[in-house]
Amino acid sequence: MIEFLQHVINALILGSTYALLGIGLTLIFGIMRVVNFAHGELYAFGAYCVYLVSVLMGLNFFFSILVAILAGCLLGALIEVILLRPMRNADIDTTMLVMIGAMIVMQNGEQYIWGGVAKSVNTPFPEAPFVIGPFSVSSLSLFVFFAALLLIGVAYFLINRTKLGKAMRATFQDRDTASLMGINIQRIYMATFAIGSSLAAAAGALLGPVYVVSPLMGNIASLKAFAIVILGGLGSIGGATIGGFMLAFAEEIGAGYISSGYRDAMGFLIIIAVLLVKPTGLFARSERIG
Amino acid sequence: MTRLFPWVALAVFASIPLWLHDPYLLNAFITTGIFIIAAMSLNLLLGYTGQLSLGHVAFFGIGAYTSALTSLGFDVELIGGLRVVHEPWPVWTGLVLGTLVAGLCGYIVGKLSFRVRGAYFVIVTISFAEVVRLVALNWVELTQGPLALTSIPPMTLGLPGLGYFDFYSKQSYFYLVLAIVVISYVIIRRLVYSRVGRAMVALKENESLAVSVGIDVTRYLVLAAVVSAGIAGAAGSLYAHYLKIIDPDVFLFLYTITMVIMVITGGKGTLAGPIVGGLIFGFIPVVARSFAAPEVQWILYGLFMILIVFVLPQGIVPAVENLFTARSKAEFPASPKAKIQDAP
Repeated sequence: MIEFLQHVINALILGSTYALLGIGLTLIFGIMRVVNFAHGELYAFGAYCVYLVSVLMGLNFFFSILVAILAGCLLGALIEVILLRPMRNADIDTTMLVMIGAMIVMQNGEQYIWGGVAKSVNTPFPEAPFVIGPFSVSSLSLFVFFAALLLIGVAYFLINRTKLGKAMRATFQDRDTASLMGINIQRIYMATFAIGSSLAAAAGALLGPVYVVSPLMGNIASLKAFAIVILGGLGSIGGATIGGFMLAFAEEIGAGYISSGYRDAMGFLIIIAVLLVKPTGLFARSERIG
Repeated sequence: MTRLFPWVALAVFASIPLWLHDPYLLNAFITTGIFIIAAMSLNLLLGYTGQLSLGHVAFFGIGAYTSALTSLGFDVELIGGLRVVHEPWPVWTGLVLGTLVAGLCGYIVGKLSFRVRGAYFVIVTISFAEVVRLVALNWVELTQGPLALTSIPPMTLGLPGLGYFDFYSKQSYFYLVLAIVVISYVIIRRLVYSRVGRAMVALKENESLAVSVGIDVTRYLVLAAVVSAGIAGAAGSLYAHYLKIIDPDVFLFLYTITMVIMVITGGKGTLAGPIVGGLIFGFIPVVARSFAAPEVQWILYGLFMILIVFVLPQGIVPAVENLFTARSKAEFPASPKAKIQDAP
């Protein structure tokens, strides 16, 4: 039982960053109808930003996370303007191919610049874990958990309480009508991609120091993000949040009780199972895109 | 002229081992040929039915592992203490079994994943490939996991009455690959130009309309998936017996991407497209390796892929065909009557 609760604690911490990753992708997928294969690379990009700023430049760790979030936002806006804007009316498969191209370029660019060896990031947090009764949590993990929760809260606020968020939701519901109401669709798309990218970069910036930073980390992250989005239902931010925690929970339980080698298989098995049983996702809105 | 073209191309390729003796270039031709087979099989799904299957490498890898294990033999204990021992079989049975098992997997995956379309289909197929990769990595008893299956025997073929062939030399392996390329080409051509092929194209163009005139969508899609997966499996088998070593990296997403790039560059939905695209991308590394590290080559691949989608979204082969038809149209201007009929 104690072992199980420890798994639950680990899953909560992992799930908070997964949720960030999933919210970013579900925004892009839902509003822009773009299958963003580069999402995982933006996650890796965030992690490398932290490595660059806090390890190589020796600046403050918290500052480096902020830099990663902003840089992710800028890179996302850039990708949107250069690669996606000219493809606005192309079908979903075509933009998918463009994003796969972007993924290849980014992943191998990272490999070229940083080399294939995984990097580790030192943090100002003490090594010794917090021990509460029979459970132990490292202080870094606790920080990651609360930082991720804060960012999820910011994303919720942005989508549900601001004018930009309102315009984004309107675009999600009906692009043409939103455009008729005077919403600048191009700007909404750019903002969506930038916000989604910065959330992915934030997830990488938070999770990178927990594990190691490597050029291949984006590969699996993209697919996990897809798993989360599919679990939660397309375009549903609440669904992506819950989906993130569910995937983390499935991975922890799978790794703990079945086999650690199949940890990453959990996400894929979930994707296959959900799509075959309930293709609209577990928490989908009535409308479905795609 | 256009009817003769495939025969001319075949004759040129068949003559290659006669004048080309550089083992490195021959090796490049053989691996390119193997990937062309895989790309042709992907084109059947991607180009003719319009389903972007990004898990295609799973069938390639399944073919490779099935074929290698058939010829190497294995001894596995399944769940429940059931022990399965397999003695090594002749190598050519590996090729056959690899094709069949991959085709069977294509049937199962097709049956399951064609319930969803578009982005969802893509993600299901990727997930399938990743699950298979993780199984290959973790089922060490069967696959040796990351240690790789080694000393896979080279391809041999014993035909009753015709004698015994082996494919040890690069020249002979080249002809074996070429033969499989031709067989796959003929199968795909026959399929595409049959009733089935027309049904597939109808599905691609407008699925609801196709359904409304009574085309059984799932049946044709699954048929395409089975043929496509089987051919990919044959390519995987050739790959395994050529390299004589395979590890779970054969399932990497990058291989699927290589096939996709070949198909879209050459022209999806054309018979020659994967061959043209395959030759281009098979030989880019040969040219680029002198000045570019593998990462840089991949960056070039990625940029090339984006460029092709932007500039030549239909691929090279249709672009060249259009060039020719445009020229012949200029020579024989359409009659004014036809023009009037076209006008709304």
